[in-house]
Amino acid sequence: MSIMAYNGAAIVAMKGKECVAIASDRRFGIQAQTVGMDFQKIFEMGPHLYIGLPGLATDVQTVAQRLKFRLNLYELKENRQIRPKTLMSVVANLLYERRFGPYFVEPVIAGLDNKTAEPYIAALDLIGCPMATDDFVVSGTCTEQLYGMCESLWQPDMDADALFECISQSLMNAVDRDAVSGWGAVVTLIEKDKVTTRTLKARMD
Amino acid sequence: MSLQMEQHEYGTPMQRYWSPYAMNGGTGLAVSGADFAIVASDSRLSEGFSIHSRDAPKTYQLTDTTVLSCAGFHGDILALTKYLEARLQMYEHEHNKKMSTSAIAAMLSTILYYKRFFPYYVYNIIGGIDDEGKGCIYSFDPVGSYERETYRAGGSAGSILQPLLDNQIGFKNQQGVVKTPLTLQKAVQLVKDVFISAAERDIYTGDSLVIRIITKDGVKTETFPLRRD
Repeated sequence: MSIMAYNGAAIVAMKGKECVAIASDRRFGIQAQTVGMDFQKIFEMGPHLYIGLPGLATDVQTVAQRLKFRLNLYELKENRQIRPKTLMSVVANLLYERRFGPYFVEPVIAGLDNKTAEPYIAALDLIGCPMATDDFVVSGTCTEQLYGMCESLWQPDMDADALFECISQSLMNAVDRDAVSGWGAVVTLIEKDKVTTRTLKARMD
Repeated sequence: MSLQMEQHEYGTPMQRYWSPYAMNGGTGLAVSGADFAIVASDSRLSEGFSIHSRDAPKTYQLTDTTVLSCAGFHGDILALTKYLEARLQMYEHEHNKKMSTSAIAAMLSTILYYKRFFPYYVYNIIGGIDDEGKGCIYSFDPVGSYERETYRAGGSAGSILQPLLDNQIGFKNQQGVVKTPLTLQKAVQLVKDVFISAAERDIYTGDSLVIRIITKDGVKTETFPLRRD
């Protein structure tokens, strides 16, 4: 049994035209047993910046808290909001500090640059190796299913509405073929002057 | 007389290991419509990080109205298909007719279960025309559990393809849509699209796609190039 699949999770982020989206399932389970259906896996890191943390639930919450702490120090010291790319470096550093006893999370970052509004998405492995792409990133227990959906549904330069539909369909159909993720879904759509978070009506079995 | 044994230097104990199985990859896909069935597979044969062949399709025509797709261990695929063909010929001689798709599916299930404790490492999907002239799909696990379905992806990229089929053919997670019956043209296009996606992410899927279109008039074959890297 893999520690990464102990609680179950599915997270995906996508780029669109002048917008990005990040989505996750809401299940908290212990192996096959579902315990909660309102578990938070996406965390706000700034007005246009979010991070998704799939993996071992205890580490999800620890990493979210330690990251928030480092972020507060950064903002006090620099007196400005952090940029997505800088946050990625902070996360990478946080994870690599535990190189030989890692946190079992593989984060996904999505955001708009606070100066240029340039969309940014990236994913890291559990020891902080980053991968920034210009289409989509996936993480969690049903990455194969997510890759299949995203690879077929995603196209360049989608507007906010198309991006929302694309990421929602990708996530929901992927988690329906995974036993340890699903049980509700939440999508956060990030635009320059608007951030919309919607919970989706999904299969609850 | 002194018995002196020769002194040997012994190294650490070494365990030798051999597996009767290998995984040669490959992806199979079957889709059925009102009066047709499609069985498709890629043509790559791999082991680990090497490609043995770019031209080894995993579809096997069993009768005029039945096609089988196999993925998994190529040795077992050869043994299984050879045995199946023998059994089909025996049936034809005994009963003076070709075996129906549903009968082939039932027979394959018993053939697989016969080797329950040393299984054929093969993921099978059967596509064809049933006794009523409708398209039909049967999917199997390696030990013979089987089920009739309308669409199924199996093999190395099965989990990449299946959610998209759920969405596009099964209309899953779609609200307020008219569930139009699948046309042959749409099905073929969909099969090509999903295989392009699978070849993008799965290293065991690629090279080319072989599509077998089964109607009451027989089987037509179409090939389509995929990524070769």
